[in-house]
Amino acid sequence: MSPQFQQARWSEPLLSELGTPGERGYVPTAPEAEIAAHAPDPLAAIPPAFRRSTPPRLPQVAQPQLLRHFYRLSQETLGNDVAVDFGLGTCTMKYSPKVNEHLVRMPEVQDLHPAQHEDTVQGILEVLWRLEQMLCAISGLDRFTLQPPSGSAAVYTNASIVRAYHASRGEGEQRDEIISSVFSHPCDQSGPWSAGFKVVELYPGPNGYPELDALKAALSNRTAGIVITNPEDTGIYNPHIAEFTRLVHEAGGLCVYDQANANGILGIARAREAGFDLCHFNMHKTFSSPHNGMGPAMGASGVKEELARFLPAPVVEKRGDRFELDWNRPESIGKIRSFVGNAQIAVRSYAWILALGPDGIREVAETAVLNANYLATRLREVPGMSQPFPTSNTPIEQFRWSLEALREETGVGSADISRNLADYGFQPVFGSHHPFIVPEPLTPEASESFSKEDIDAWADAMIDIAKRAQADADDVLEGPYRNACRRIDAAALDDPERWVPTSRVERAKGAVTGD
Amino acid sequence: MIGLVVNPVAGLGGAVGLKGTDGMVDEALARGAVPRAGERAVLAVRALPPEVPLATAGGAMGADAVRAAGREPALVVDGGDGATTADDTRRAVAALAEAGCELILFAGGDGTARDVCAAIGDRVPALGVPAGVKIQSAAFAESPRRAGELAGAWLTGRRRERAAEVVDLDEDAVPAGRVGPRLYGTLRVPLGPGLVASAKSPSNDEDPAAVNGIAARMAERIGDGTAILGPGTTVAAVGREMGLDTTLVGVDLVRGGALVLRDAAERDLLEALDGDGATTVVTPIGGQGFVLGRGNQQISPAVLRAAGIGRLTVVATPAKLAVLGARPLIVDTGDEATDAELRGWHRLVTGYDEETIYRVE
Amino acid sequence: MPHPYIPNSAPEVRREMLDAIGVDSVEDLYRPIPSELRFQGRLPLEEGIPEEGRLRRHVEGILRRNTATTDVLSFLGAGCYQHEVPAVCDEINRRGEFVTSYAGDVYGDHGRLQALWEFQDVFAELIEMDVVTTPNYDWSTAAAMCLRSSVMLTGRKRVLVPAALLLDRRLVFQDYLAHDVQVDEIPFDEATGLLDLAALRSAIGDDVAAVYVEYPNALGVIEHQAAEAVEIAHEHGAMAVVGADPSGLGVLASPGSLGADFAVGDLQPLGMHMSYGGGLSGYIGCRNDPEVIESLPVFIFAKTDTLAPGQHGFGYLNFDRTHYVKRGEGSQNGGTTTALWAITAAAYLGLHGPEGMRELGEGLLQRTRYAADRIGALPGVTAPRFTGASLKEFVVTYDAHDVATVDAALRERGIFGGKDLSVDFPSLGRSSLWAVTEVHTKDDIDRLVATLGEVLA
Repeated sequence: MSPQFQQARWSEPLLSELGTPGERGYVPTAPEAEIAAHAPDPLAAIPPAFRRSTPPRLPQVAQPQLLRHFYRLSQETLGNDVAVDFGLGTCTMKYSPKVNEHLVRMPEVQDLHPAQHEDTVQGILEVLWRLEQMLCAISGLDRFTLQPPSGSAAVYTNASIVRAYHASRGEGEQRDEIISSVFSHPCDQSGPWSAGFKVVELYPGPNGYPELDALKAALSNRTAGIVITNPEDTGIYNPHIAEFTRLVHEAGGLCVYDQANANGILGIARAREAGFDLCHFNMHKTFSSPHNGMGPAMGASGVKEELARFLPAPVVEKRGDRFELDWNRPESIGKIRSFVGNAQIAVRSYAWILALGPDGIREVAETAVLNANYLATRLREVPGMSQPFPTSNTPIEQFRWSLEALREETGVGSADISRNLADYGFQPVFGSHHPFIVPEPLTPEASESFSKEDIDAWADAMIDIAKRAQADADDVLEGPYRNACRRIDAAALDDPERWVPTSRVERAKGAVTGD
Repeated sequence: MIGLVVNPVAGLGGAVGLKGTDGMVDEALARGAVPRAGERAVLAVRALPPEVPLATAGGAMGADAVRAAGREPALVVDGGDGATTADDTRRAVAALAEAGCELILFAGGDGTARDVCAAIGDRVPALGVPAGVKIQSAAFAESPRRAGELAGAWLTGRRRERAAEVVDLDEDAVPAGRVGPRLYGTLRVPLGPGLVASAKSPSNDEDPAAVNGIAARMAERIGDGTAILGPGTTVAAVGREMGLDTTLVGVDLVRGGALVLRDAAERDLLEALDGDGATTVVTPIGGQGFVLGRGNQQISPAVLRAAGIGRLTVVATPAKLAVLGARPLIVDTGDEATDAELRGWHRLVTGYDEETIYRVE
Repeated sequence: MPHPYIPNSAPEVRREMLDAIGVDSVEDLYRPIPSELRFQGRLPLEEGIPEEGRLRRHVEGILRRNTATTDVLSFLGAGCYQHEVPAVCDEINRRGEFVTSYAGDVYGDHGRLQALWEFQDVFAELIEMDVVTTPNYDWSTAAAMCLRSSVMLTGRKRVLVPAALLLDRRLVFQDYLAHDVQVDEIPFDEATGLLDLAALRSAIGDDVAAVYVEYPNALGVIEHQAAEAVEIAHEHGAMAVVGADPSGLGVLASPGSLGADFAVGDLQPLGMHMSYGGGLSGYIGCRNDPEVIESLPVFIFAKTDTLAPGQHGFGYLNFDRTHYVKRGEGSQNGGTTTALWAITAAAYLGLHGPEGMRELGEGLLQRTRYAADRIGALPGVTAPRFTGASLKEFVVTYDAHDVATVDAALRERGIFGGKDLSVDFPSLGRSSLWAVTEVHTKDDIDRLVATLGEVLA
């Protein structure tokens, strides 16, 4: 198979290079003459020193050219709507139903002000409340906040709640350690660290998940809690998780479940049964809200009843038939972001869960696990591919395998193979979060949205690229060829002398070097 | 047929505070070093399948070890003139390859690996039996026994190999502040999961933020107390953080915020330690996860006991731990009782506010 | 019945896949999960609605219980604003390629990376800072992140912020900073609403990591002493974090020109619908200083060359500094923030250009002047409450009327009045914060004034 795909390659100029001085793309509504007459010098009240001295160096371009530019950039983007994007393991790329996009464009969603009186937002409050009930059912926990605007913000929220809990018991100073595992998402360490904790990490044992004895060695009267994923980034499920949570509780800590991606275990296993006190779900992963190119998003944090008093303000309460925002939360950790969060994400996730119901939700999980294992089966055909840890492990959700042998054989590593997927119309595949414990890693995740044909096509592309690497390493090392841009000079991204985050920096460098 | 070459003087320098044995044999022997490479080769030979014919070099360069393991060599090639120079190793290895050996087992260290590499490159597969002072090359098995097992499995199995970098300490780089392994080529080594350690990352560390965090935390912990600082970039940063001119590749002793011993031998350390013991700070050397017994043999079982075995602190950046691929850290002090006490779960210092629970075997 | 969202439902396909895997059933794949951890039974959820029509009617039915600001006359602001949203902005941010992309890399998402770089590029010109990051969640979290960076960079554990701060902002600071940083508030002048510079001078010391100021502040007042505050901070080795509403920057001094070390604010006015607060997006600008950049966890994209001569490529600037690599130690918490709004803001600024931004800013100043003066002319009302200049918001204080009661009466007449400040600023008495933007016509303002007059009479 040779790649037949050809991505749009428009070689678009930069936005700042568009147009001609004097052009414009929009005219904001001018104030009426009477208003202008009332304040003839608009800047009269502004001290001269605080007025802008030079107009901003913005593009001057007419509307058609500007629209065309961004449409072309969109065509140079392999979003999941147009490309099979299950290379992004741990991100749970899945279909985001179009009807939900229509719902969030209703004026009754997009034109709501977050400080409107409760009487005028009963609909959105009801959606927030109903979504909370659904997440309680799916997790087995008792209350959720939808305020955190991302998964890592939700982890941070939960770490803050752990901090508040121990402080309320007079142990805030003493319990300053959060335990996590190295195959949990990096935010399971950075979140607690940002919340003021020290981090104690567990490495995987021979089976790919942390050993109980390692946990025992980590526990002490300084333990505030554990923040962990399961299945971990590797897709390996830790079967001793209930024992983990029991031991942490015995040591006086709380157990936080990172369920950013819970796709493979919806309706199959819940946070409550595994003994967790807190958890979070990413609405933009498992619950189908689109990822929006990297947000806006939502991480919903859930807690057991006894921790509900620490949730960020406000929470939605139902009193009779009325929905209210409860701001009176004296023990709350504060706020994670402004207002109630990204409400439009809640609308999408609510509609998605409702479209599926209890049976559909379970079918999502089962299909995702079926797809993951079918993909794994196909990937065994890729030359130089190996499965770390016991090969008896069946992946749940994504899985992390290694192309180390291919690298040893050909000098072509996983990042090279990944890059070349763009030539086949696929989004490149995610390697690994750091540190790279699995060498030459690949972490795909075929969620329920992908058909057998999608998976076969992707696996065939992987096999083809690996074989090309065996035949001619340089061919793959220099790829891709048929996407929107060729291999970049990556060294310029990390060198402060060379990096170009803006034209201003480029101009400053030019001024220094006399370019 | 498997070929075996022993570098009889490999490992001599370690226990007496030398960074290697290359060109230092007399000095090491004068300091009281006892040759060990032959013993290690014996362990490897014992783990080989008995039916496999063995070719080797004469005397201390192999034949002695084969016989000590209860085997009779099928072929003995020229073992050199007895001066045991690098040339002898090269000549013997070339002769074994010429004689049709399918795999060369060599007992030695990185210097020996360099010589093997110079003789056969990647034409004939080879595997190191760890017996040297410095082992950072990925061409070695984790232990002599494992070397024998792996060689046997390769011979009777699918015979898959991988390229393994042969690295050795680049002495010229030491003044520049980097324990810099230098690449001398590759050997083709038998591929077997978990047997040959990868050496993806050289011993020096590329993550300055993590190194600084570890150094600051350790400097706080040591304070005015006594500490033995082992080799390695990360440990050297601890000395630097304390404002002391400690060594990069040697072992130092600090006390009361001052540098008491610089580049100390085992004997010096034992003399300097008093009843209060010391915090012993070590870091994995090379990519194989050894924290004791490789490159820091001065921190001997006796030193560890005098310092207090429970006061061993392993420091490592997360990136360096990752190189281990979740395999345990290894202690191989030469004293089984000491090793046994050190095995188990250690709380590694991996950042200023970060620790890692890690298994030591 | 196969669900429309899920392929591979046909029994033959399932069988084929299971056979390839070598198991009898999907249940076999769940072997790693011990039976005692398995959830028994069906999840207690409502029955699913696979029909799109029925689902839509149901959800729309709930949402129609909301009243959109477009169906009334709204003067709510306080951190989220009803501005004009150019149709082009809506078109661009509904493109499925952008909407359903995520963390795709250089070679799959070249267009998305270029668009995000272009945001950095044009936004840097607006705020006159050399580096702009991809945005954080909102203004409050952007400010909190930069204050935390200041703490990390200076090693000091105290920050000074204005007392004229939105409650939301104060609560975000409380959570993100107060557990190990002392957050001291600098009072505002009772007459002007401006920062009390004398109080700032007496509060600052060599233990202060950063001084935060913003314009407009929570009272709607343009903090035109920001440059002095920056100078005071720098005199004591503290960093200056300056917040600015970008809708005013076509006419007002930019954070960069004021000497800010960090610039923050919200992109929401630049083409984002309010979406009940879901349109917020917190921009961050900083100096091109590797150490400063190192302290920020949000992504930055850099322009570079490719193997094809003359072609631009884009990639992550120093990815290793992010929490994805550093994990715990030394890294703030980054995450999935608000990239789609950055692309939208880039389009908005491209559409407006320097002239459009100037006209927007001038129009806001003029309308606000008109509205505040008209409301202030009503008996029993003080407006604007403060003499400091307003961009698009001002405080209204009633002599005798309770804000909630007036609001209720206005609501009955199709008007959402200003935000009640009785919780945020109890010391201001019967006060509320009103926002006027380019969506408001003279007729709208006149109608408000007439109606308010009736209600207060």
